[in-house]
Amino acid sequence: MAIVRFTSTLTRHRDAPDLSAPGPTVRAVLDAALADDALLKSYVLDEQGRVRKHVNIFADGVMIADRVTLSDPVAPTSEIYVLQALSGG
Amino acid sequence: MATIWVASRKGLFRFDGDGQGWAVAGPPAFLAAPVTAILDDPRDGALYVGLAHGHFGCKFHRSLDRGKSWTELLAPSFPQGDEADAPAVEMIWCLAPGGRDEPGALWAGTLPGGLFRSDDRGESWHLCRGLWDRPERERWFGAGYDHPGIHSILVDPRDSAHLIVGVSVGGLWISRDRGQSWQVGGQGFSAAYMPPDQAADLVMQDPHLIAASPADPDRIWCQHHCGIYVSDDGGERFCESRGVIPSSFGFAVAPHPTDRNRAWFVPAEKDEARIPLNGRFVVTETRDGGASFRSHTQGLPQGPCYDLVYRHALAIDATGTRLAMGSTTGNLWVSGDSGQSWQHLTAHLPPIAALTFAP
Repeated sequence: MAIVRFTSTLTRHRDAPDLSAPGPTVRAVLDAALADDALLKSYVLDEQGRVRKHVNIFADGVMIADRVTLSDPVAPTSEIYVLQALSGG
Repeated sequence: MATIWVASRKGLFRFDGDGQGWAVAGPPAFLAAPVTAILDDPRDGALYVGLAHGHFGCKFHRSLDRGKSWTELLAPSFPQGDEADAPAVEMIWCLAPGGRDEPGALWAGTLPGGLFRSDDRGESWHLCRGLWDRPERERWFGAGYDHPGIHSILVDPRDSAHLIVGVSVGGLWISRDRGQSWQVGGQGFSAAYMPPDQAADLVMQDPHLIAASPADPDRIWCQHHCGIYVSDDGGERFCESRGVIPSSFGFAVAPHPTDRNRAWFVPAEKDEARIPLNGRFVVTETRDGGASFRSHTQGLPQGPCYDLVYRHALAIDATGTRLAMGSTTGNLWVSGDSGQSWQHLTAHLPPIAALTFAP
């Protein structure tokens, strides 16, 4: 299962431990990992499911290309990092 | 004891007054987070705030123990849409309690311009489609922000189904059925920023803040982008106050709680400047329903200063004797004599978005 890790700047506001979930895309992994925590999900994605403007997501070291549907593929061994952009402060 | 809640760019501050003076009460809540709206619910003492994290979006928190602890709840959100630019709430701009006969009911106005209702003390929200689906909404536009937004929500104390909301820019809207249907009000407003033949278009108006006199809910005050207006019929028609010295431009208005003819404003040099006129910071007051105004300067900086008071950052208490205001440069003042003189509490707060007295 892919692992999801969150920036420490997010953990100032919400508990955000490392999570793991299966799925072929960033969307599938995040949906599964955050299915029981709508509040934490709202810190990463807006209500339309888009990555928030000033949040960055990296999958295996590469910033994801699809910030709208999060279709970037991931592997079971992937690491997904949810980070704070330098913009938006 | 009196309390003022101050919503700032870097947290929520509490000031307590004991009749002798005011002092900050403890560390701020939500330190470093922009607090965009505050409601101290007079019906049950619950506190609600809207936050707009720079990175993590719009958030909503509630306290049931007067700010000792806070619980995060899901913020208002737009229904999911198929279009690529489907709206997402960027900011809660105002929060208002429902009527006395609607315990637990809340209203929220957001950027973009959604009106949301909760019936369970903010546990859940739904978009008021009656206003959102009005075809005129397509003509609303942003002012100061990229999107139009709802900053004023008035609930008639005589009839909780009777609502008035203010939209920048989108005019003043009135509902008599708890938000199911709406009509645009504000006849008499004039928009100098529009082509002349559209200046009277009611949907193109920019009411900066709309407030009702508690003594007479049909007496509606509007600090409009282009002047000060007064209505005596619940916001359907307005008359402009002319010749206001030093300026009729501003954002805030605070009506007196028991005298329908009194209200306070904080003027600024219009539009392109948005700083005190000639660097002199004043509060203006009318005691005759907007026919004439007097300026109050005692205790306020008369040298060059650059303070601007945002629309939600001037407040009056239930007695009409205490006022408070906070500025974009982090100054906080209070008055104990109905605005005639002011005491400077601090110059070191973050930019102040809103403040309110505890009821």
